[in-house]
Amino acid sequence: MLRMICKRMLIAVPSLIGVVIITFLLTRALPGDPAAYFAGPAATKEAIEQIRTKLGLDQPLYRQFVRYVSDLARGDLGNSLTTGQPVGYEIRTRLPASAELTLLGLLLSMLIAVPLGILAATRPNSLIDHACRVIATAGVSLPVFFTGLILVYVFYYLLGWAPPPLGRLDVFFSPPPHITGFYLVDSMIAGDGELFLASLKQLILPALTLGIFSLAPIARMTRASMLAVLASDFVRTARASGLAPFTVVITYAFRNAMLPVVTTLGMVFSFLLGANVLVEKVFAWPGIGSFAVEALIASDFAPLQGFVLTMAVMYVALNLMIDILYGAIDPRVRIEA
Amino acid sequence: MTNLALPREDGAPSSGLGAALRHARYILRDNAVTGFAFALFVLIVLAALFGPYLVPYDPLASDTAAALKPPSLAHWFGTDQLGRDVFSRVIVATRLDFLIAVTSVALVFFMGGLAGVAAGFFGGWTDRIVGRVADTVMAFPLFVLAMGIVAALGNTVQNIILATAIVNFPLYARVARAEANVRREAGFVQAARLSGNGEVRILLGQILPNIMPIMVVQMSLTMGYAILNAAGLSFIGLGVRPPTAEWGIMVAEGAAFMVSGEWWIAFFPGAALMIAVFCFNLLGDGLRDIVDPQRRT
Repeated sequence: MLRMICKRMLIAVPSLIGVVIITFLLTRALPGDPAAYFAGPAATKEAIEQIRTKLGLDQPLYRQFVRYVSDLARGDLGNSLTTGQPVGYEIRTRLPASAELTLLGLLLSMLIAVPLGILAATRPNSLIDHACRVIATAGVSLPVFFTGLILVYVFYYLLGWAPPPLGRLDVFFSPPPHITGFYLVDSMIAGDGELFLASLKQLILPALTLGIFSLAPIARMTRASMLAVLASDFVRTARASGLAPFTVVITYAFRNAMLPVVTTLGMVFSFLLGANVLVEKVFAWPGIGSFAVEALIASDFAPLQGFVLTMAVMYVALNLMIDILYGAIDPRVRIEA
Repeated sequence: MTNLALPREDGAPSSGLGAALRHARYILRDNAVTGFAFALFVLIVLAALFGPYLVPYDPLASDTAAALKPPSLAHWFGTDQLGRDVFSRVIVATRLDFLIAVTSVALVFFMGGLAGVAAGFFGGWTDRIVGRVADTVMAFPLFVLAMGIVAALGNTVQNIILATAIVNFPLYARVARAEANVRREAGFVQAARLSGNGEVRILLGQILPNIMPIMVVQMSLTMGYAILNAAGLSFIGLGVRPPTAEWGIMVAEGAAFMVSGEWWIAFFPGAALMIAVFCFNLLGDGLRDIVDPQRRT
């Protein structure tokens, strides 16, 4: 098992190198002169030259790359022009907000999609099977920012059940003491039930938006892989031995059918991390996605670059975790490694 | 497609247009949903082609006296904060959104398709380089990479198209590679080789036409994603700029009014976007079922 993890980690290294090279090249592709760009429109010629030397832009490309990598190694992602804070600091403080949102969204969609897929697979061509197909196709067709706005309109404006879509907490509350950065967890640790409810209320709509978005691939994959497993010999044997249908489906078939579903999680995360940016904009969620969008509007490149790099590194790490999880579930993978 | 058409029962020879139509009807009869999607597709194409000549109002003309009016007979989809007719804007936007999707899909079809076919057919270094590039692109969450590319290259529609093409590159390269790889030693390839054709000629003349059906399915499956991606980018303020009519940016403009109850400004462009993507996805699924029934899930 340990050997497999090490081996898999080595495979992730080229991906990480590729990610760093691409993010580096993206800065160099900036239209116009990066030095003039960083100096701002009112800068004099001398100031631009000074910044060019300071940024190391007068040096050959490979030197600039070495400098970029060594800055990265020290965790230095540059400074944000708009807030004046180091980008690394901004991303660290905003990351929990995004992570809490994304994880809850994923959890919600798993809770709906997996049972739906199982039901659809055990009753092919039934009403629920067709419903599963329609939901799967409709789910991938919904623009995630549109779903979010509809939810806001229905649950905030029409029904008045949800609070206004403005961030993680109502202004009357102050955030719980920082432990994990997840308001739900922190407020529970602090034993503040009212705060827990308040943050859950803010969180539920954006999380639901992300959940609806990622519902489709998970439901689809669960259904397909359950269908394949239910047709296999060992399920027939289990049925012939007179096991209860529930035991056959859940204990025997489901555990085996989960493997391809875990594999699709990688793709689901790719979509979720992207959709996160849009959902954060709709709900004014103070995560790293809205940080990147604010930077985009202000043409502030360092935060955006830091954001792309952080997202890519997180995505590589997530894929690594999924692979390791896969090995933990499926002993055959371990033996092959 | 005519060679696939069923012979007519009265024994008359099936030929030309009539046979092609019969074959299409034969396929569509079993796939009512695909037929519906196809009809929708025709509607979208018509709106893209003729929309700007048919709409009742100028999509850019503002009329502050009639601002923020709900849907009525005069303004079917209501008016936005500047009094522009939402219906006209939604219809006119079809052309731009459709154009972005088609161009980016065509672009990635050439880039990814050719690179993938070459990788699968030649193997060796070509394969390794294409595979490495595809893996690197796949290492990013796709929308995030598209954001980075557009921000770095400049905030234009061309760059949105390019970014959408780049993030789809691995999908096309992989499909083309797998399909070319299974055919590299096929009988017809060896026959072509024996009759003295060069490798590049075989690649373009034999392999490429043979994997076309699969690639076309891939194109229609990614069209929906291309539109969503482009609309998402303009929603966060990249690419298309106001006052241009484009679905993503119209939803963004209407977003602020959603909380105060003026739902129609964001709803109609969002619904148009949703219907377009839904149509492409259904069409892609239907085409896939016809071309490659085993991949159905």
